Amino acid sequence: MAEAFKFELVSPERLLVSEQVESVVIPGAEGEMTVMAHHAPVMTTIKPGVVTVKTASGGEERYVVFGGFADIVPAGCTLLAESAVAVKDVDRADLARRIQEAREDAADAKDDQARSKAEQFLSQLTTLEGALLPA
Amino acid sequence: MPSLKDLRNRIASVKATQKITKAMQMVAAAKLRRAQEAAEAARPYSERMGSVLANITQAIGGGGDAPALMTGTGKDDVHLLVVCTAERGLCGGFNSQIARHARDHIRRLLADGKQVKIICVGKKGFDILRRDYAAMILDRIDLREVKTLGFVNADAIAKKVIHLFNEGAFDVCTLFYSQFKSVISQVPTAQQIIPAGVASAPAEAVDGGNAVYEYEPEPGEILSDLIPRNISVQVFRALLENAAGEMGAKMSAMDNATRNAGEMINKLSITYNRQRQAQITKELIEIISGAEAL
Repeated sequence: MAEAFKFELVSPERLLVSEQVESVVIPGAEGEMTVMAHHAPVMTTIKPGVVTVKTASGGEERYVVFGGFADIVPAGCTLLAESAVAVKDVDRADLARRIQEAREDAADAKDDQARSKAEQFLSQLTTLEGALLPA
Repeated sequence: MPSLKDLRNRIASVKATQKITKAMQMVAAAKLRRAQEAAEAARPYSERMGSVLANITQAIGGGGDAPALMTGTGKDDVHLLVVCTAERGLCGGFNSQIARHARDHIRRLLADGKQVKIICVGKKGFDILRRDYAAMILDRIDLREVKTLGFVNADAIAKKVIHLFNEGAFDVCTLFYSQFKSVISQVPTAQQIIPAGVASAPAEAVDGGNAVYEYEPEPGEILSDLIPRNISVQVFRALLENAAGEMGAKMSAMDNATRNAGEMINKLSITYNRQRQAQITKELIEIISGAEAL
């Protein structure tokens, strides 16, 4: 039984999760990472993806986040998401709209740097859609 | 002297008005509760954002790689004011208070020989500022169709501001809104968002700030992602505070109106009764003097 720590998932509109958890899987900008108690302090941006939370009581919850960043200290982990929803409440139309927007962004990007950034974001979104569809 | 019928009509019309103001007060009270809840729910995010920002700026130590949004352009010539007001009136001095605050600020800037540009959020502020400063208004953002204020709305405004900044359209951006103190008191506030004030980072930083953080990717890169987001959050908070303030102001304004209508009805009823009595007396005198004459 792993030790529990405090995890908070916050979106600008509200505080979604604030509880003791065993581990959290975060889709970091440079790869997925699992956070457990006494993790070294890390600050990372996150890409669109799924956050898997294993609560101290043994349950497992999954949330979809669209970008944001995570602040990890040994005593806890705070995830500031730009927008977050539980996986079961994901609105497919909303996701499709975001993909459409990302596509337009990639198409109107002015310079190469902006375009590669937009394209990267788009591919992250489509991967996310692929991961969610069978669910 | 108005006739009895006129008085009756007036009393009826004041009563109808009173009913409307009473209903508006109750609607505002219900909306106020919701707006307050929304403002409270958004608080954790902006607080965490503040502490994270404080940590990371400390890590960078104000070094050269801080993004321009934070350090500013180094000039102080062109000011952009984002004035947030309500979409609707009938809420006491709420809108004019914000507009007056903004106008004072504009006057001060113009006196100092600065250039001023304005973005209006909400219809009322636009209507007021248009009278004097129509030429300075760059844009107005209409939130009339928005039922529940979402982060996307704030994000859109912030993106617009950042876009203008990147084009070099201004040097300093200040946000005007009304801080929600309580139902009866809203304080018009000016908050500078670009360049972002770093004054909020105390020396002994927030929760174990002296821990050595690992950054993924580089701190500079995180910061350049974080600052625009922080601006969106500030705008979002301002909009939420405004929404709560508007409803509070509307509630007290409508409460006043209802009370005034009640007083007016009382006065009119007294006049009405007095006049009716005078008429009865007059008729009696006529009958009696008629009978005596016989």
